[in-house]
Amino acid sequence: MQEPFAPAIAANRFGLGARPGDLERIGGHAPDWLIAQLKGGAPVLTDTSLRSSQDILVQTLDVRRAQREAGGKKARKGAKPGADDVASNEAKAGGAGEAASEDSSARAAVIQKLLKLPQVYRPIYIDEATARLRHAASTDRPFVERLTQFWTNHFAVSIDKITVLGLAGAFEREAIRPHVLGNFTDLLLAVERHPAMLLYLDNYLSTGPNSRLARMATRRQTERKVGINENLAREILELHTLGVNGGYTQQDVTTFAQVLTGWSIGGNFGRLRDGEPGKFTFREALHEPGAKTVLGKRYSEDGESEGKAVLRDVAAKPATATFIATKLARHFIADEPPPSVVEKLAKSFTKSHGDLPTVYRTLVELSDSWAQPFAKFKTPTDYIVSSYRALDLPVDTSRRGLASFELLGQRTWSPGSPAGWPDRGADWDGASALMKRIEWADAVGQRVGAHQNALDLAAQVLGATLSDDTRKAISRAASGAQALTLLLTAPEFLRR
Amino acid sequence: MNRLNRRQFLTASALAAGGALMTSRLAFASANTTSRFVFIILRGALDGLTAVPPYGDVDYARLRGDIAIAAPGSANGAIKLDNLFGLHSNLRFLGDSYTARELVVFHAVASPYRERSHFDGQDVLENGFVRPHASQSGWLNRALAAAPSNGATSRKELGVALGQNVPLVMRGPASVASWSPSKLAALDEDTLDRITDLYARDPVLSKRLADALAANAIANEPASDLADSDDSSMTPQMAPAADVPAGSSQVLAKREQGKAAASARYVEVIRATANFLRRDDGPQIAVFDATGWDTHANEGGAQGQLAARLGALDAGLRTLKEQLGDTWQNTAVLIATEFGRTAAINGTRGTDHGTGAAAFLIGGAVQGGRVISDWPGLSASSLYEGRDLKPTLDTRSIMKGVLADHLRVPTAALEKEVFPDSARAKALSGLFRA
Repeated sequence: MQEPFAPAIAANRFGLGARPGDLERIGGHAPDWLIAQLKGGAPVLTDTSLRSSQDILVQTLDVRRAQREAGGKKARKGAKPGADDVASNEAKAGGAGEAASEDSSARAAVIQKLLKLPQVYRPIYIDEATARLRHAASTDRPFVERLTQFWTNHFAVSIDKITVLGLAGAFEREAIRPHVLGNFTDLLLAVERHPAMLLYLDNYLSTGPNSRLARMATRRQTERKVGINENLAREILELHTLGVNGGYTQQDVTTFAQVLTGWSIGGNFGRLRDGEPGKFTFREALHEPGAKTVLGKRYSEDGESEGKAVLRDVAAKPATATFIATKLARHFIADEPPPSVVEKLAKSFTKSHGDLPTVYRTLVELSDSWAQPFAKFKTPTDYIVSSYRALDLPVDTSRRGLASFELLGQRTWSPGSPAGWPDRGADWDGASALMKRIEWADAVGQRVGAHQNALDLAAQVLGATLSDDTRKAISRAASGAQALTLLLTAPEFLRR
Repeated sequence: MNRLNRRQFLTASALAAGGALMTSRLAFASANTTSRFVFIILRGALDGLTAVPPYGDVDYARLRGDIAIAAPGSANGAIKLDNLFGLHSNLRFLGDSYTARELVVFHAVASPYRERSHFDGQDVLENGFVRPHASQSGWLNRALAAAPSNGATSRKELGVALGQNVPLVMRGPASVASWSPSKLAALDEDTLDRITDLYARDPVLSKRLADALAANAIANEPASDLADSDDSSMTPQMAPAADVPAGSSQVLAKREQGKAAASARYVEVIRATANFLRRDDGPQIAVFDATGWDTHANEGGAQGQLAARLGALDAGLRTLKEQLGDTWQNTAVLIATEFGRTAAINGTRGTDHGTGAAAFLIGGAVQGGRVISDWPGLSASSLYEGRDLKPTLDTRSIMKGVLADHLRVPTAALEKEVFPDSARAKALSGLFRA
């Protein structure tokens, strides 16, 4: 280990960025400082304003019901089984016009007065994202918070699907945080059964071709086709567990999707009104009956438990260990981590049966983890959060903090795809991206630079990694604002 | 870039802001040809059977159920291309371009990739190899490096990525710029100078900063030479009128507001693209992407989710043509996606990942008014793996045709560096006006 750099590596690469005083506290015990953070339960966000996903989904159903009632006869007539569900708002908005076009202006006026889902979700999102930033900016266990963000990104949901705007924060608090210091299988089960994931990857209405509902639909010759949606099954195998080269086939995806039919959310309208509203519900009527073979193993008909059994088996596959190990190594060690490192982490994963703290300890104890001080280019989130920590910037309830994420190209919980945000330097260090960081740093410099001793701060947050060039540039700055801008744009502050 | 050059940029930028034409001191190489090329990546897998409905195929309506696009002439029917294919009714600019013989539509196309992962599919679409992750560089960048006389000026940017970061297709040995709209104030020159100095020993950051400054100078240039063009061209018209019903509720009004904000950003990107490409000494090639095509649920047909996206894409292309002015005559725009979607709709009124897709080549330089497709049909026995439109044309054949005939990339380079192992994907010839 290169001793002099170790405290900065621990605070800046494994943590979320040093605060003044952190490097001194870490001293000669960088690995211990990280490992100590793994002890005890995972931190909980305590902001009282934060609501459960169930609460949010129940309100969603209320809003949809009110809209539907106000929409009147025509809208109701057009409704098909399952059409009036929690996620169909975005699609309905286009179709709603069909009904509205012939409607009286009186009805339109009633509809206008109703609460709309984006209006419900936006303040929830702002509260959640702000609470997350506040915690990241102030936590004494930044390693755990980085791991939390890692797993949320691994099991990505994205707010460009409108329902996820309301649920992304609750998803992270309910499915990710409780298991970050637990077992991978528990984490996997919690994630795949969470309503946000079932909505995001479209599983909640996926229907087996021979299920009760499908047979009923055939008998009644309803025009709406019911059937499988294989999105969740595919992304579980490709993105959450085995990885794209993990040895599964299209047939495995299709059969796994049949296994997962019935994994749904309680309390929809129409035929699907059973179950506790807003909670995971197994809908027998949607479930494809019979034995199914996934990845060469036969699963006899077992309803809801089939999915759990497949997930447990998939979590234990060597390909999963290698896939998770590769992503961890890429996040913490290098864009292209050495195969030996991936092997060691995969072995630790397999040997401990997915005990995550054991894997994290292996990671911290690898000499490769400490070999290079600037192995990674910060993502915009890393960059903003590390600035907040270095400067102790206040996280107020205004939207200013969140606007930074959008300006720099990483709006919280909006990776835009289930693959999550990419994790290599080339994905983030574009010319335009750099310019935006510089402009942002300039704005921060102007705002708080006059009250900071940037030179002292540079030594506090960069430690031994502070270069002579940067030190000189800061000390020669024309103003406090400019000095701080130079610290925030320095090559060593742009990396971790 | 050294400091002196950067100052020249800023000077040039100031001149441009005053209405004077910029001098040729910018860091973009003088292009050896007037040809311009735009590559638009539709990420998420566009449903080609809705964008370009094969209404004349006997199996189409059955497979698509209530999201099938009706035949031309019926209510909300397709725009007629020929007796088999139509265009989605929101693709009006594309329809006009087809009539003006400036659009070629390709159907049943696919890259060599045959699995169904978005991310690997996009990787292959961009890397130009046969397999995902086979290369850290993209085909368009390698083509730039191989284009005639570009070697001598390899430090100069011939391409620009409209986004904060450079997508894989544009990464590689040739130097490219990136640009995206900013809401932040510009820095004072002294601070920029000092940051430039601070990056002197950091090759990556100094290069990126120089590129960013060059790009800013051009992108923010006012469209002074377009002053006499139709003013309405500047109006964002992303929301297709057909999608906005009469008596729309506040939900729709809000949605329109959101769309307007998104479209304003999109229009800014389109306008910057045009600014870059209009310049005689500017880049030849621009790349940007559009997302939101992954329609697993509630896809919609003539109206709905996908229809709105198609309308926005179409309006963006119309704006691009208007902003490009005369340069449109030398321009070709290729629009492609990583793969198609299932032939049949799924259980949630959407479509899952498929194989054969549609693609478009549009522009004043294009020999258009044609659909190029060896149509495999949609009967159960002709579907790929019993579920997807079977691909009959390799996307690389289109790309090779564009690079060879439009950008004059030598055949040897096309076969070797740009698209390795592509001998069976012969370049399509005749895509451009003589």
